[in-house]
Amino acid sequence: MPDSSREPLDVRIDFEEREGLTGTTPASIYGPLHDAEQATLAPDGRPAEFQPAWRTDFPIDWPEDQYVERREFMKFMVLTSLAFTVGQFWIAAERWWRRRDTESEKVRLAAIGDIPVGAARTFAYPTEEDPCLLVRTSERSVVAYSQKCTHLSCAVIPDVAAGVIRCPCHEGIFDLATGRPMAGPPRRPLALVTLEIRDSEIFATGIETRNV
Amino acid sequence: MSVVNRPFTRGQRTTIVNGMLAFVIVLVILQLWLLTATMSAYLGGDVSAIWPAAAVSVACLLLNAGLLRYLYRIERTRR
Repeated sequence: MPDSSREPLDVRIDFEEREGLTGTTPASIYGPLHDAEQATLAPDGRPAEFQPAWRTDFPIDWPEDQYVERREFMKFMVLTSLAFTVGQFWIAAERWWRRRDTESEKVRLAAIGDIPVGAARTFAYPTEEDPCLLVRTSERSVVAYSQKCTHLSCAVIPDVAAGVIRCPCHEGIFDLATGRPMAGPPRRPLALVTLEIRDSEIFATGIETRNV
Repeated sequence: MSVVNRPFTRGQRTTIVNGMLAFVIVLVILQLWLLTATMSAYLGGDVSAIWPAAAVSVACLLLNAGLLRYLYRIERTRR
């Protein structure tokens, strides 16, 4: 209990009706406030600086509660901000990881004589999960692209006679010679597999993802 | 009670936290946009935006963390 020989009661809280509003202590025990803004006293009557930390985090008067609520929301937003930053670095890490995995490795695909003109062959490059197409477009030229459509990754099918590569899912059409989109929903060219022909043998030497 | 130890009244602190919160929300929305735009560009094969976007995101995070730190500093002065 506070000392009754203290100063007169603070006028802001010195009225009977206030008792019960705070729910903490009878109005009769209010003494002069140590802090002019401390509208609510703790049950033991001691000022805020002598109260445990949890009491300031769980205030019982509205303005203080509003303040604490906003501060906690701000803390949550800063954590969200941290999560978004981590997300950015995750993209960078993913890029680094993928590039490391797909660093050009020279792989023999076929002998040029194994593929008749106008025929195609599938192969996996650079990993087993990356299906690709090797197409012999003429006596002297072969092209290779990723088989994943750049729209929604359906497997594309070459149509050598028409000079195009078709995606059966959404009627996407790519140019056979360049891999660029010609019609349908795809906007980006097919990933190009770079080739090297040595002694009539075809080798894949890398894969190039291309932009619009 | 000294003015030095207690630079802001409760009403002022509430106004400050509201202002900071508005600023932090704008920055977080910017970060969300950056993340989605970078992811979209990356999936589209454009990797040039990854590092600049990460740098801007870090700058936003530092600003947000700085504001929160300032808020806690203001609070410490009232005890």
